Amino acid sequence: MLQETRIVLRNVGLIDPVSIDDYRTRGGYEGLRKALSMTPDQVIKEIETSALRGRGGAGFPTGKKLRISNGVEADQKYIICNADEGEPGTNKDRVILSNDPNTVLEGMAIAAYAAGATKGFVYLRYEYPYIFPILEEAIENATKAGCLGKNIFGSGFDFEVDVVSGGGAYVCGEETALIASISGKRGEPQFKPPYPGVSGLYGKPTVVNNVETLSNLPSILEMGGERFKQIGVPNCTGTKVFTVCGNAERNGVVEYPMGTNLKDIFVAHGGVKNGRDLRGFMLGGQSGNLINPDQMDMNMDIESCREAGCVLGTGTVMVIDDYNEILDIVENIMTFFIHESCGKCTPCREGNIRMHELVHGINAGHGKLEDLDLLEELADTMRLASLCALGQNSSYPVTSSIHNFRPDYIRAIERGQRV
Amino acid sequence: MMINLTIDGLPIQVEEGTTVLQAAEKLGISIPTLCHHPDQAVKASCRICLVECEGLSALIPSCAYPVFEGMSVKTHSSKVYNTRRHVLELILSRHAQDCLHCKRSGSCELQSISQEMHFVDSPRYPYRARSTEMDDFSSPSIARSAGKCIACGRCEYVCNEIQQVHAISKVNRGFEVNFVPAYGRPLGESVCVNCGQCTQACPTGALTIKDDTRQFWNNVGGDKLMVAQVAPSVRINLAEALGEAPGTLSTGRLVTAMRRLGFDMVFDSDFTADLTIMEEGTELLGRLQNGGALPMITSCSPGWIKFCETYYPEFIPNLSTCKSPQGMFGALIKTYYAEKLDKKPQDIMSVAIMPCTAKKYEAKRPELGRDGYQDVDLVLTVVELGRMIRSAGINFADLPEEEFDAPFGLGSGAGAIFGVTGGVMEAALRTVYEVVTGETLENIEFDAVRGFEGVKEATIQVGDLPVKVAVAHGLGNARKVMDAVRDGKAEYHFIEIMACPGGCIGGGGNVIKNWKRMQPRYEAIYREDRRLPLRKSHENQAVQNLYKEFLGEPNGHKSHELLHTTYTDRSRLLR
Repeated sequence: MLQETRIVLRNVGLIDPVSIDDYRTRGGYEGLRKALSMTPDQVIKEIETSALRGRGGAGFPTGKKLRISNGVEADQKYIICNADEGEPGTNKDRVILSNDPNTVLEGMAIAAYAAGATKGFVYLRYEYPYIFPILEEAIENATKAGCLGKNIFGSGFDFEVDVVSGGGAYVCGEETALIASISGKRGEPQFKPPYPGVSGLYGKPTVVNNVETLSNLPSILEMGGERFKQIGVPNCTGTKVFTVCGNAERNGVVEYPMGTNLKDIFVAHGGVKNGRDLRGFMLGGQSGNLINPDQMDMNMDIESCREAGCVLGTGTVMVIDDYNEILDIVENIMTFFIHESCGKCTPCREGNIRMHELVHGINAGHGKLEDLDLLEELADTMRLASLCALGQNSSYPVTSSIHNFRPDYIRAIERGQRV
Repeated sequence: MMINLTIDGLPIQVEEGTTVLQAAEKLGISIPTLCHHPDQAVKASCRICLVECEGLSALIPSCAYPVFEGMSVKTHSSKVYNTRRHVLELILSRHAQDCLHCKRSGSCELQSISQEMHFVDSPRYPYRARSTEMDDFSSPSIARSAGKCIACGRCEYVCNEIQQVHAISKVNRGFEVNFVPAYGRPLGESVCVNCGQCTQACPTGALTIKDDTRQFWNNVGGDKLMVAQVAPSVRINLAEALGEAPGTLSTGRLVTAMRRLGFDMVFDSDFTADLTIMEEGTELLGRLQNGGALPMITSCSPGWIKFCETYYPEFIPNLSTCKSPQGMFGALIKTYYAEKLDKKPQDIMSVAIMPCTAKKYEAKRPELGRDGYQDVDLVLTVVELGRMIRSAGINFADLPEEEFDAPFGLGSGAGAIFGVTGGVMEAALRTVYEVVTGETLENIEFDAVRGFEGVKEATIQVGDLPVKVAVAHGLGNARKVMDAVRDGKAEYHFIEIMACPGGCIGGGGNVIKNWKRMQPRYEAIYREDRRLPLRKSHENQAVQNLYKEFLGEPNGHKSHELLHTTYTDRSRLLR
């Protein structure tokens, strides 16, 4: 039976989340202490050795990101922890932050030291208000204990963290929109370059990392990049925190090595709830892919998913039983994207609603076969032409379902033509 | 540093930081754009200017993407053309389908891109209009047709970043995005100062100048005497509105065209510009000598006036009490001139031809009229006059030249340069210097207050007094000056502020501009100044006669009654 490998979640359920003593008893802030005994460059090298890649969805090498900001001269740099976990069906950051905030804070401090930042922000999802006091208290306790704030561990390194609440927009999980939101502007993505690492919050070099990414840093420093690299698969190291949701027998947030097979995860979670039949999976979040049961033999890491035509994304595994219709799900997802598109760029603003219009038409029995071609063409346009990842990826549920559940579409179209 | 790249296989070397669009322009390759505006920052939101770059999977917006060494760009591959066309199709399926009777037909950027892209099919998506509930015709100056908005954000940028009026903001998300005043107020009840710069920025017919030409056509040839005044910059910009090159001076043809249109009298606002200098110059000297509110700030730009009333009400005492040249002219036409002709004010239709959309608002201010009538009945912009000349079938290019009518047909070069930023200041200095010192000014061209720099400062020695002056154009620059004065960081005696970038030649009532087009207009107005025999306001004999015959003396009793005005604190609009 598949067993969890807990790095990010190592303290979850074992400590009082806000207690600095509990955290330190389990080795907390030793990674930061070690980092502070090294030069920033050595810290970055260690992270580069670990080959850690961002866990927010894009998979950008974390060490490289830190090195870019480290190389920019500036009087002020920032670290932002992206805790705007807006992806429906993804709860990993919530579990990490509410159970072990210090792991995130320690990760931020390490990243800050590496990049040369002295100020950090946790951009917390608007819908997680109960985490706000947990974070505040954890920061206060850590500061009192000298693990954050001025002159940490007598090293001369200062690092302060503030918690900022989002406003409820999904798109603010995109780093430039997030930065706009923190600076009090409308949360809309900006054109890159300049990248935040060079010119971000208030025009200063800013490293934006996902909660899970940062939570890996303390362990990487403690165990060393070489050992960390042994976990997972060569081009995608470490673990992944998965959210198993939907119609699985046992839903939950779990941590497995990168490259763990989807089938094994499915089995470990008891298969489909109440013994129903499996219709398929939705992988990687709302802008991920719908796959059918025949595609289940897939290793869950960034590259393997990509090779299978999917995305690992946020690591969401939504199990879909046979009581659900794929077209209903696609329609529902497109409603979500219509609502969450910020409206800045044309393809996303106008494309999502057209996509929904077409899928809804097919589902309601007004569809034509040509609609499938138009959907594919529209998906191409949105993917190639949208300003940010929201519009670039929001068509994946549509195209993947057309590929992997084509009979469902054909049936709906034919049903409409018979009437 | 120079960067080497190829575009459509053609090699080119450009400065680092150049965008792909700029590099392509240098090669004579034109790429369609919508959200891009040469005077605005990058938005990269419309996605019509996408090009393909070797090695990148997604297409890149050429308006924003900086060139890099070894870059290889394709501007019209199959992938580029089809994607661009699909983006256009998405826009068109949201855009009102009424090109035949749209004000911007013929000058609409979306229309011209559709033609360039040869988009001759019906969009494959059902037409879904942006909500017409958002249409807004409440403003006397600006009309808003929401169904034509393509959400490019150019209006928002000019209103918030350049003018810093903050009248229009983006509201809602996604498909529902709209650009409206705060709290959903109609434009006419918002902080909008009517400068019309948004209508200059809009690529389509979503934001346009409120058209009042029907009022002319309903009255021309009727019982009322049609009396027109023509602002200084109109003679610079009208020919451009009728298809000629920017900066084509057409004073004589303009007068002829207006007579042929049916105006009974065509007067020159340069005259009241000179009158303004007499009044405002006297007012300034009075404040300097008797300790009035300083710095004194000019009052000829109605957009600036509302801006000051809204955002800087504490400076209302500093505003010159002089009416604008339009306001002075209106008052003279309905009093002095009416008396002269033995007509009732109501029997005269007083029309102002202006480069300005805010003048439409100014004409409606209750303090600019008396006994139940307004001094100016109708304000028509340069663009509207151009339309009327076209409608009347007048061939503007071939018109003979005629002179303005007496007694208000004479204006000096000082009056003419009112149309450009720094012009009022320069005109005032020409007069104030000579009045104070009694000497003749040797060099009447004050270069320090000329040019398009946002804020210009100078100290001019007038007799014993070093007069400190500042000139700002565009309300964003006005904010800089006013904040500096408010915070005690700058001290001036006299400030000229024009709401529009560049002054009246950049006004919202002109042909759509950018800074490149502004240069020839700028040169033309100083050419006009040099062309005129008179170049100082106080040497205008017609103005002197008016004082002798009717007004008495500058800032005298009669002047105060007719040529000066009051202002209102409008800061409640911000709440």
